[in-house]
Amino acid sequence: MNDPGDLTDPTPVRVVLAKLGLDGHDRGLKVVARMLRDGGMEVVYLGLRQTTDTIIDAVEQEDADVVGISMLNAGHLTLGPRMVEALADAGLDVPVVIGGIVPDEDRPAMAAAGVAGVLGPGASADEVVACVRAAADTRG
Amino acid sequence: MDDQDHRFRTLSGIPVDPVYGDGPLPGEFPYTRGVHADMYRSRLWTMRMFAGFGTATDTNARFRELLAAGGNGLSTAFDMPTLMGRDSDHDWALGEVGRAGVAVDTVEDMTDLFAGIDLGAVSTSMTINGPAPILLAMYVVVAEEGGVARGQLGGTLQNDILKEYQAQKEYIFPPRPSVRLVTDTMAFTTAEMPRWNPVSISGYHIREAGSTAVQELAFTLANGFAYVEAAVAAGLDVDDFAPRLSFFFNSHNDFFEEVGKFRAARRIWARWMRDRYGATDERSLKLRFHTQTAGVSLTAQQPEVNIARVAIQALAGVLGGTQSLHTDSFDEALALPSEEAVRVALRTQQVIAHETGVVNTADPLGGSAYVEWMTDEVERRAEEVFAHLEDLGEGSLLEGVYAGIDSGWFAGEIADAAYRYEREVNAGERIVVGVNEFTEGDDPESRRLLRIGQDTEDLQRKRLATVKQARDEAAVAATLARVSADAAQPTTNLMPALLDAVRARATVGEVVDTLEAEFGTWVERAVI
Repeated sequence: MNDPGDLTDPTPVRVVLAKLGLDGHDRGLKVVARMLRDGGMEVVYLGLRQTTDTIIDAVEQEDADVVGISMLNAGHLTLGPRMVEALADAGLDVPVVIGGIVPDEDRPAMAAAGVAGVLGPGASADEVVACVRAAADTRG
Repeated sequence: MDDQDHRFRTLSGIPVDPVYGDGPLPGEFPYTRGVHADMYRSRLWTMRMFAGFGTATDTNARFRELLAAGGNGLSTAFDMPTLMGRDSDHDWALGEVGRAGVAVDTVEDMTDLFAGIDLGAVSTSMTINGPAPILLAMYVVVAEEGGVARGQLGGTLQNDILKEYQAQKEYIFPPRPSVRLVTDTMAFTTAEMPRWNPVSISGYHIREAGSTAVQELAFTLANGFAYVEAAVAAGLDVDDFAPRLSFFFNSHNDFFEEVGKFRAARRIWARWMRDRYGATDERSLKLRFHTQTAGVSLTAQQPEVNIARVAIQALAGVLGGTQSLHTDSFDEALALPSEEAVRVALRTQQVIAHETGVVNTADPLGGSAYVEWMTDEVERRAEEVFAHLEDLGEGSLLEGVYAGIDSGWFAGEIADAAYRYEREVNAGERIVVGVNEFTEGDDPESRRLLRIGQDTEDLQRKRLATVKQARDEAAVAATLARVSADAAQPTTNLMPALLDAVRARATVGEVVDTLEAEFGTWVERAVI
């Protein structure tokens, strides 16, 4: 993991985190928010019941590098691609990382839909930070 | 004991007494050792498996399988749109219909859900909170249209809105009007449904959101006291409703901490109800609870190892004196539970009940120095939380709980505990088998998961359109107007208006929209 020297990095990674849709399970996303913050990133935590529109507003206002959305209700196949498309439609080159319960067999479909990373239960802080950093590095 | 049948002998034939040790015994105040004198010797816990997915017809089939496999209570999981009071054709519902539970839009779905099941004979638990009174009204209408009187219905409505603001986050309206809906259902079932538990005060979700065992216990009992204060303020007599209050706890991995938590819960409730709220009916003092094993403890890695975790957690619930139990399926960290995994989970309970002999004597752990110390310690720590909330509420637990919700105190405490745990696991200070130690042997290829297709959503939307087409729109509008008028009168019980509305085939979403116009919407302060 990067050391806290990242705090003086002139361009720390900025991440917008949100629960997209109705699912209220926010334990994982809050833990991820703290892991990313402790990993030297800037976290904009939007919380519950966000829409693609509210997330895009935040991405524009905060000049975010990555969007992280979390789903534990089996909605990822619908909502994941929808988020990717909405960002593209808005002309934003911002990768999407999904966290939550995503069966392995869905990962190829997620990748094909343009989702930059998937984090499942038990992911360590190092894995979370590395995944988000790798996603940020894919920006053109 | 000579004529005792073999059930109450050990495997080797040694006869076992109903209880060991000195008083207070099980069934005696303060019920630390259990609410019944002979506990599971006379009646096992209810093996109540939580189920719900797809359309009502899909879930109905799962219900019938569970009853045929020896389960004796039903427990309904609703999908996210239903839990949030939105219809399947709402924008918010896209991608969520029937996925994490069953979709219910109108009373017609409720009819399908319980088709072929005698509602006068089973007990049904419904896990629903924000729109709980609407779903209760639907259940009553289904029963009555099928010839079963509401007074014969047995079951439990979760209807615990306070923990939604603290942990599970499935709230719709702000806390105060929501608590009014809770007291309305309490008053209604107290008067008309004597076999119904109107609120299941739930620590489960608080724990799943990341709390410690002590926080789970303390926040849950504080919420219970808050409902008591609200109901008394609404004019109910404590001994009229308190016997039907029930609780729902998590059973996690730390075996003796869990047992101590369950024992402390009974003791605290009994003392507070008698000494603070003046209850005199013994049934008001007895804390009865449902237990579910800890979903959050299950791992996606080597998921079959979860069978062992569930068995140990379930045993803690039984040794803690639970009245009913749901055992989690080993594949829940991967997907919604498959049929095979649900069967293994139910069989786990049956092994505990019929093979281990732990049911032969009440509170077999009572008198253990460690268990008694743990019970005392958990109680002492919970009392510190009550004192804090009482401070916040200037003497009122109800006001203290409202204050803690408004300020984000509960959510912050829970998030702190969750992060502390994750850091310990990350640092290797806590071993999670298969995750940060003993990781070889994971075989993702062998998994057979339950999948819910997109066709569920399409089917459900068609179903909703059909019901809407067939109903009398003027009747729907008239009943919704009454819901609106009654909602504006804080002292009017909303249940009669809700019964009329759902009988006229008003949808869950229409009723919620009507109430929302009167009550407003709750948006939480986002804390990490």
